[in-house]
Amino acid sequence: MTQFTSGFWDVYIAILTVVSIVACAVFLKSQSVRKAPGKVDTTGHTWDEDLAEYNNPLPRWWSWLFYITIVFGLVYLVLYPGLGSWKGMLGWTEVGQYQRETELAAKQFGALYDKFAAMDVEALSKNPEALAIGQKLFLNNCAQCHASDGAGSRGFPNLTDRDWLYGGDAKTIETTIANGRNGAMPPFGEALKSDQIKDVAHYVMSLSGGAADSIRVARGQETFKTICAACHGPEGKGNPALGAPNLTDRIWLHGSGEERIMETVTKGRNSVMPAHKDTLGEARIRLLTAYVLSLSR
Amino acid sequence: MKLQDIPVREEQSLYEVRKKIYPRAVHGVFAWLRWAAVWATQLVFYGGAWLTWNDRQAILFDIVHRKFYLFGLVFWPQDVIYLTVLLIIAAFSLFLFTALAGRVWCGYACPQTVYTEIFMWIERKVEGDRNARIKLDQSPFWNRFPRKAAKHALWIALAFWTGFTFVGYVTPIRELWGEVLAFSTGPWETFWILFYGFATYGNAGWMREQVCKYMCPYARFQSAMFDKDTLIITYDAKRGEPRGSQARLAKQGIQAGDCVDCGICVQACPTGIDIREGLQYECIGCAACIDGCDQVMDKLGRPRGLIRYSTTHAMEGTPTRVLRPRVLVYGFILAAIAAAAAFSLYVRVPLKLDVIRDRAALSREVEGGLIENVYRLQVMNTVEEPRAFVLSVSGLPGIQLAEEPTIGVGAATSRVVPVKVRVPMEAVKPGAHKIEFELRALGNEKVKVEEKSVFIVR
Repeated sequence: MTQFTSGFWDVYIAILTVVSIVACAVFLKSQSVRKAPGKVDTTGHTWDEDLAEYNNPLPRWWSWLFYITIVFGLVYLVLYPGLGSWKGMLGWTEVGQYQRETELAAKQFGALYDKFAAMDVEALSKNPEALAIGQKLFLNNCAQCHASDGAGSRGFPNLTDRDWLYGGDAKTIETTIANGRNGAMPPFGEALKSDQIKDVAHYVMSLSGGAADSIRVARGQETFKTICAACHGPEGKGNPALGAPNLTDRIWLHGSGEERIMETVTKGRNSVMPAHKDTLGEARIRLLTAYVLSLSR
Repeated sequence: MKLQDIPVREEQSLYEVRKKIYPRAVHGVFAWLRWAAVWATQLVFYGGAWLTWNDRQAILFDIVHRKFYLFGLVFWPQDVIYLTVLLIIAAFSLFLFTALAGRVWCGYACPQTVYTEIFMWIERKVEGDRNARIKLDQSPFWNRFPRKAAKHALWIALAFWTGFTFVGYVTPIRELWGEVLAFSTGPWETFWILFYGFATYGNAGWMREQVCKYMCPYARFQSAMFDKDTLIITYDAKRGEPRGSQARLAKQGIQAGDCVDCGICVQACPTGIDIREGLQYECIGCAACIDGCDQVMDKLGRPRGLIRYSTTHAMEGTPTRVLRPRVLVYGFILAAIAAAAAFSLYVRVPLKLDVIRDRAALSREVEGGLIENVYRLQVMNTVEEPRAFVLSVSGLPGIQLAEEPTIGVGAATSRVVPVKVRVPMEAVKPGAHKIEFELRALGNEKVKVEEKSVFIVR
């Protein structure tokens, strides 16, 4: 931000602040005595024809309250940042406070996770207490995409079937949660003619035993072998290393049917699972892994 | 003469140093009543925190776990409506009693009055009554120091106990007492004990009538509820005037009134006013002047009641009406709300259910030609024993739950349960359909709640 401002404005604001505070004090002092009153002072309101109210003096301590706010303001400006670029004697910063609170929370809840640290994920996935925490973490962090029951929805993988895009062992799931995944299927709308795409779609439908046009299947198989097999394998069984889905089961991440498959081939798909290692940390990710494992059993 | 036309004598500061008030102790039926109110309220306040119920503190605002225990009842944040109702009842009670009997709350039950009364009692025991206190304050510093120190020590001890009791309603008081003895109270516990202790000491010891005069909003708006039939403390000027010594006035050929101008009503007044000047906003309706005046009238052998509870109408010689529109309206609203609250508490189901539909996953097809929606159910078991509940769902043909519908929830806890609801594809059209969940306690058909939601088909 410094390229937009200069030190002048810091000084300008600081002077304005100090002058305002001093002016408040002067004003208070000057307004605490009534000068040469002629008649009884009332509040100036008249109710019910003749009902007026005395403007009686307030107790002395009431004016002290005003002076106390001035002293408070000055002390505050000395201790905390607020006067131009003055950093404050306490060295307080927003970031520092956030870090302190995070450390405090880590200390407070660390003990809860410590006892699970010694157990392996497999054992955790059978521990009811660990699963209860895992479920809470899942509902707060994962359910937005994978649904509350973990069964996902179109475009978001179902975690309760035993079909895994990247592999379903504890280590892989942990990596997926920690580092995220980016499942990219490139678009073929420009490389292939729409008739070719339709042929491929029919071939893909036939892989999982769906109804398909046999002539298109035969033509589509050729295209599949030259283009699609690179990721999905020659038999369409997929490749967990790339996250390329198995096309021979009946599980459809982006929807089944000729129209949806053609859309997938034409436009491609770009599925992103965000990385969680910075926000959740290792201990929570282990519990989440255990919970996700338990979902698929 | 109009108020505005009274000439001012001198130049004034807009602020003035408070003139210390030395209320004189008086005895009588109203002093007795006020002490009865002190005992009644403070036995409840100081004692209530120590009661036990179901192996826990009987009255406890458990802020950390967001529960409020009141004997057998457990209130959850969802029950905050009862707090609203309580405040409405309190407000209408204040309106009703003020319309009927003036500032009885201020005079007898307000904590400011009650603690000031206790603090003044301590002050009287240590420093003596009005005259002794005035004399003491005029004596040299080292002369008055021992008594002043003793008084403040006692005040601070009582104030600390009050702060401690107050915090004892928020964190369990027996544990808190142990922490206090070991000097191991947490930072916030320490802060609030000291805060409420200081507030008690400051308000009841030092601020006193200034709280009522300058700070309290109720004190000011209660005058809006007064009318000519409201019970007020008033001086019977017709009977009392002209005031003064009978003998002296007789010399001037004047028939003296009953007021001997002894000034006891002014000396007894905790807000430092002269009730003989008429009704003033400073008057908190404590009736100390009545007791004082009655004492003097008794000694003089004249009838009591020169200063008494009366109404403006009665003083003017017109009959007082007790049942007037404002009393009836306040009374009716108060009774209606109290009855509604009592009924609602009586039929209150100790079970709560929140249904949150999954937002991202609208609907999905599952095997068997079924459409599935996912819901997140928060089941709150509000009683202090573990219970099992049976879930059912209705509203669409063939609607069913995908899993076992029994849900177990621990004592006074809540549990989040993901629930899958399925409907045969051919039975529903695309769109949003209203459905209803019902949750029943296993083995107790009366404990059940219903909650509406939406089933989406696309």
